[in-house]
Amino acid sequence: MRRYFGRKLAIYLVTFFLAVTIDWLIPRLMPGDPIQNMLARAALNANAAERMYTYYTHAFQLDLPVWQQYLNFWNALFHGDLGISTYLFPTPVADIIKDAIPYDMFLLLPSILLSWWAGNKFGAFAARTKRLDNTALPITYLLTATPYMWLGILLAWLFGIVLGWFPIAGAYSYTMSPHLSWTFVGSVLKHWFLPFASLFLVGFGGWAIGMRNMIIYELEADYSHYLEALGAPRRLIRKYAFRNAILPQVTGLALQLGVIVAGALVTEVVFSYPGIGYLILEAIQNQDYFLVQGCFLFIIMGVLLANFLIDVVYVIVDPRTRRGMVGE
Amino acid sequence: MADEPTPKKRNEFLYFALRNKKLRVGLTVLLFFVLIGAFGTLLTDNPPEAFVGPASSPPSSDFWFGTTFFGQDVFAQFVVGLRATFIVGALGGGLATLIGMLVGFVAGYRGGMVDESLNVVTNIVLVIPTFALLLIISAYFEVRGLIMESLFIGVTAWPWAARAIRAQTLSLRSREFVDLARTSAMRPLRIIFTEIAPNMMSYLVMAFILEFGGAILIAATLDFIGLGPTTGFSLGIMMQYAVLWGALPLGTWWWFVPPGAAIAAIVGALYFMNVGLDEVFNPKLRET
Repeated sequence: MRRYFGRKLAIYLVTFFLAVTIDWLIPRLMPGDPIQNMLARAALNANAAERMYTYYTHAFQLDLPVWQQYLNFWNALFHGDLGISTYLFPTPVADIIKDAIPYDMFLLLPSILLSWWAGNKFGAFAARTKRLDNTALPITYLLTATPYMWLGILLAWLFGIVLGWFPIAGAYSYTMSPHLSWTFVGSVLKHWFLPFASLFLVGFGGWAIGMRNMIIYELEADYSHYLEALGAPRRLIRKYAFRNAILPQVTGLALQLGVIVAGALVTEVVFSYPGIGYLILEAIQNQDYFLVQGCFLFIIMGVLLANFLIDVVYVIVDPRTRRGMVGE
Repeated sequence: MADEPTPKKRNEFLYFALRNKKLRVGLTVLLFFVLIGAFGTLLTDNPPEAFVGPASSPPSSDFWFGTTFFGQDVFAQFVVGLRATFIVGALGGGLATLIGMLVGFVAGYRGGMVDESLNVVTNIVLVIPTFALLLIISAYFEVRGLIMESLFIGVTAWPWAARAIRAQTLSLRSREFVDLARTSAMRPLRIIFTEIAPNMMSYLVMAFILEFGGAILIAATLDFIGLGPTTGFSLGIMMQYAVLWGALPLGTWWWFVPPGAAIAAIVGALYFMNVGLDEVFNPKLRET
């Protein structure tokens, strides 16, 4: 087990290190001089422009040697300093992201966990049940092939515009300010439901298909046939098949995290839901690179942390990892 | 099964492939969209970016998919967008499969330190949320093209294909026919391409299909958030404009329904084909 966690942790640390390096490197690799660009827009006379140039070069510490800039970047990062947003000047990037995180958690956690649970249950139920397999399966394929934002747009149009049941923008009504009351909680839930539903549905399709295929593999495995030959009831065989099939689905959750997060980002854009995804769109449209960089780092950290949590869960559900019988 | 004529060995694959309903349905849907993408421009004279009709008019005989908020022909944009989608899928998915094959074959066949180090690289790219990576890279490019987008997607999407191919290579490596090839002094590269690869052709085809679909979805997501190609149209860009210019409150559903529906249908058809192929290659999975 120590070996298992050691390997995983090493991978995460290297990944984090690389991500931070990329975050630092990319702006510096890009063609063009950012300060020159900034000054070009201000249309100053040559003399003033040169003075401003030296001033900004010094202010952004671009006159330091490259390795010093790199170390400073790490140092700032460990102090929670991600720079200052130019779009929401002078709010620090870290504060902006901190305000957005609760909305992401509120959207992501329920949709990921519920879709994983429901999808697995449904997939296991549908496998080798001919009628369900032929009717429900094509639908789940379409669901998992649907681009997240399109399902979001469709739901917003259908339930928000045509039927008028749910609001389609924001996290709570614009006429309210956050406070603790039933009407406010109701408003929050109403605004949350459609983005949640679109994330849930796409995820549900994917997990159901994965589980259905895994169950069929397991039902064809020798131990299932052996149980069958012994005259074990169908329910018991399926129970064993499910317990074996759930393991790749746990790993699958870790592998899918990046895709799910990407889906959540665009879903937030569709519903103007004030999480990280919406922030990124604003940052891109306003060319606020510090904010984009901060969001990038935050997403990486979140996904790595979630990966680690899933590793812990995996050790709990699969006893073989505890005994060191599985290398990966 | 007993009274069915036994197919000849050579046509066995084709025989089961054509009998497989999932594969047939998937292929038909895919072909339908390929044909629209290829010959759709013959059906409309309107250039995709030109303001040719009344603004926000619903589908009619003049404009099959209606017009946008600016009076552009949605169908013309749709055809061009379909092409972009297939290009991204083929290039991005193709590149990802190629890198995956390269890494998977080498890691699986060579083993040892090579395998270990390639494994570390694969795992790192696997845990990085590649969308975030694409996001930050694209954000810094002021001019972006379709080819560049495909390349970026290909370079980040290969790890799981590499893993699957590596595992398969590992199991084939110790088979007798590979041993025989090795003892007859065949070069490793030739062993991989003449002995190992043909025996896992089904895996390679399926990996390419999944990567193709995955690349399409990633590209649509990037395009939607405004980081797609800076010129031209794609299905994702159509959806971006539709949302940006109020297609939802205006109720102009013909603007945002076709692009998303096409993506869902194409990627769904690909996944469906994949399951069908799995059943063709693996008799155990066929429905009894």
